[in-house]
Amino acid sequence: MDDRQRILSRVRAALAPLPSRAAMPAYGDDDGVVRETAHDFAAAVARAGGRVFLEPALLVQWLVGRGDVRGYCDPSVAPEVRLALSRGLVLETKLVRRRLDEYRFGITRAAGAIAETGTIILDDATCSSRLAALAPWIHVAVVDPDTIRSRVVDAVGALGTDPYVLWCTGPSKTADVEGILIEGVHGPGEQVVLLERRFAPSSVRPTR
Amino acid sequence: MSREPIDQFAAGQTEERRASVRLGSKAGHEKRTLAIFGDYARPDRLRAIAGQIKQHTLDHLDVYLERAAARLEANGAKVHFAADADSARRTIAGILQRRQAKRAVKAKTMVSEEIELARHLEQCGIECVETDLGEFVVQVSDDVPSHIVKPILHKNRREIAETFERIGLGPYDDTPEVITRRARVFLRRKYLEADAAITGANFVSADSGRIVLVTNEGNSRFCIAATRCHVVIVGIEKVIPTERDLGVFLNLLARSATGQQLSVYTEFISGPRGPGQPDGPDEMHVVFLDNGRTDVLAGDCREILRCIRCGACLNVCPVYRQASGHAYRSVYPGPVGAVLSPLLAGDRFSEFSDLPRASSLCGACHEVCPVDIPIEDLLVRLRNRAKQTGVKSPGTPSMAAWSLIASEPPAWRAALAAGRVVDVLPSWLAPAALRAWRENHEMPSWRGGAFRTWLAKRRTKRDG
Repeated sequence: MDDRQRILSRVRAALAPLPSRAAMPAYGDDDGVVRETAHDFAAAVARAGGRVFLEPALLVQWLVGRGDVRGYCDPSVAPEVRLALSRGLVLETKLVRRRLDEYRFGITRAAGAIAETGTIILDDATCSSRLAALAPWIHVAVVDPDTIRSRVVDAVGALGTDPYVLWCTGPSKTADVEGILIEGVHGPGEQVVLLERRFAPSSVRPTR
Repeated sequence: MSREPIDQFAAGQTEERRASVRLGSKAGHEKRTLAIFGDYARPDRLRAIAGQIKQHTLDHLDVYLERAAARLEANGAKVHFAADADSARRTIAGILQRRQAKRAVKAKTMVSEEIELARHLEQCGIECVETDLGEFVVQVSDDVPSHIVKPILHKNRREIAETFERIGLGPYDDTPEVITRRARVFLRRKYLEADAAITGANFVSADSGRIVLVTNEGNSRFCIAATRCHVVIVGIEKVIPTERDLGVFLNLLARSATGQQLSVYTEFISGPRGPGQPDGPDEMHVVFLDNGRTDVLAGDCREILRCIRCGACLNVCPVYRQASGHAYRSVYPGPVGAVLSPLLAGDRFSEFSDLPRASSLCGACHEVCPVDIPIEDLLVRLRNRAKQTGVKSPGTPSMAAWSLIASEPPAWRAALAAGRVVDVLPSWLAPAALRAWRENHEMPSWRGGAFRTWLAKRRTKRDG
C-alpha cells in the first residue's frame, strides 16, 4: 500500500465510527459583509498604502519627480497610453533578468480589482511578466475601471481558470522587527494604480 | 519553584524577552479586535460559519481530499502523499534531486518546521534558504520560531542587528528599515539563483484544486516567480470544499492574524505557469502530509484540525504572554499548540502532556478563534487523557491517603488534631509542591477542627 492509499484508508477508518457528520452550513454572501456598503476603490487603495493616478501624465509627473525615469512597460499596454507615458519616461518593453535591479518601475496590466479592500488582481494571462510586477521598487498596475468588483466575496467567485491569480493589497510589508511597519520587503515598496479605460484587450497581446 | 516545565521556562526568561513577547502579543490582539469589530456587525456569526465549514470538511475529508488531488492532477500539478515526516522529506528531496536542484528558496510554512525540512535538505546537499524575514532571522541565528505568524516576536532589534552583523550583512545597525533592506538585497540574489521554490498553503480548494497562499512580504511571490519548480507541502486538513468558501476564510484570516482586511498578497495557484507567461514554474508538486493528523481525526479532539494558523489564540492567551512560544517546546505554541503538540507527538504524548495543564481554562482563545474551536474543552479532554494513560504530573499530591482518612471519622478527628504540628514543622520537611507554593504564599495557621468545635457548641446551646 502506498502513502496515498494508506492516508485515505486511515481517514475513512477515522470517520467511520462517527455517529453523525457535520453538515455544510447554509450561508449567504451577506454573512461576510462589511459594515459600510459603499466601496470607494481609490480610497481603499490609499488606506492600504497604495496610490491611484487617473491620468498617465500625472503618473509621469510623480515618477519624474522621484527621479525614477527608467523602467519596464508591458508592450501590450494600449499604444496611446504608452505614448503618454513615454513623454518623460524611458520605457523598456523587454525585461532582462540579469539587469533586474536597474528597473525603477514596472508597468503591467491588471486583470481586475476589488473596491472593498483596494486590491488589484493580476493573473498570468494579463500580466506580461510576474517578475516585472514584483522586482522593481514601484509597480504600476493599469486597471480598467470596468473590471473593479465590489467585494472580496465577489472576486472569490470570479477567479476563473488562470493558473496564477494574485491579489495585491498595498505595498509589500513586514512588522517582524518589533512590530514596526516597514514597506518594501521583497516586493514593491510602492503599489500604484493607473485607472485607464484605454485598456488593450488580451487578444492583442503579442506572443513572446 | 514550580516543577511544571512551562513555569520553569517562563521563570528563566530575561526581562527584555518577556517584554518583547508581552507587548507584541498584546498589540496583535488589539489590532485584531479593532479590525473584527470595526468591520463586522456580527463577527461571531462569521466565526461560527467558518467553523462549521471546516468541521464539515473534516467529517468528509476522504471525499474532499481525493477531489482536491484529482483536480490538482487535472490542472497539471503532480500530487504526492506522505504518511509521516520522513516520507515527506524523502519525497521533496527526491523531486529536487531529479531536477538536479542545488538551491531552493522557501517561504514560511509551519508544516516544513514540523518535519524539519530545511535542515534535512541541507543534509542532502541542497541549500534551503528561508525567505520570510522572521524565518530568515531564525535560520541564520540557529533559533526556532516562537509564534505562528510572527516567528521572531521574542527578539528585539538589537539581537537581530547583532545576528546580521555576525553573518556579514554589514556593520551593526539596528534600524528596522536598514535590517529589512539588507535582507531584501541578500535574499533577492538567493531567489534569482534558486532552482526550486518550496511553499506551504493556507487553503486548498477541492472543487478547483487551487492552492491559496497568504503573505505580506511578497517572498512567496518571489520564490515562485523566479524559479522553474514549485513544491507545495501542506497538511491534509487544509482542504476546503469550494472556492466560494474562501470568501469566508480570507475575510477572517488576516483580520484575526494581523488586523488587516486582507494580507498584502493572496496567491491562488492551480498549476504550473500559464501559456505565454515568461516567469514561474513549469513543474508544480503538491505533497499532502498526514504525520499524525489522521490519528487526531480519529480521536476526541478532532476539532483542532479546523485551525487556520492565524495566531489569534497566542496573542490573547495570558499564559503565552508570560511564557513565550519557546516554552511550549514544539512547533505549534500557545493554546493551539497546547492541544496540537501532544496529539501530534504520538508515542511521545507524555512529553507534552503538561501543556494542556498550562491554562486557566479562561476560554479567551475560543472567543477569538476564527474557526470557533472550543480549545478549553479540548484542553480538559487532554488532561483527562493524561490521567487515563497514567502520566504523572509533577506537583499534584496523591489523594489516596486523604481518601483513607476522610472515610474513617475517628481517623479524621485524629488527623484534625494532629494537623497542628504543621505550624511548627520546619519547612524543608514539607513536600515539594507545598514548598513551591510557600515561596509566594503565606501559610495560615492551622484551624483544623474549628468547625466541628463550633457546631458542637451550637448544638449544645440549642438543645439546652
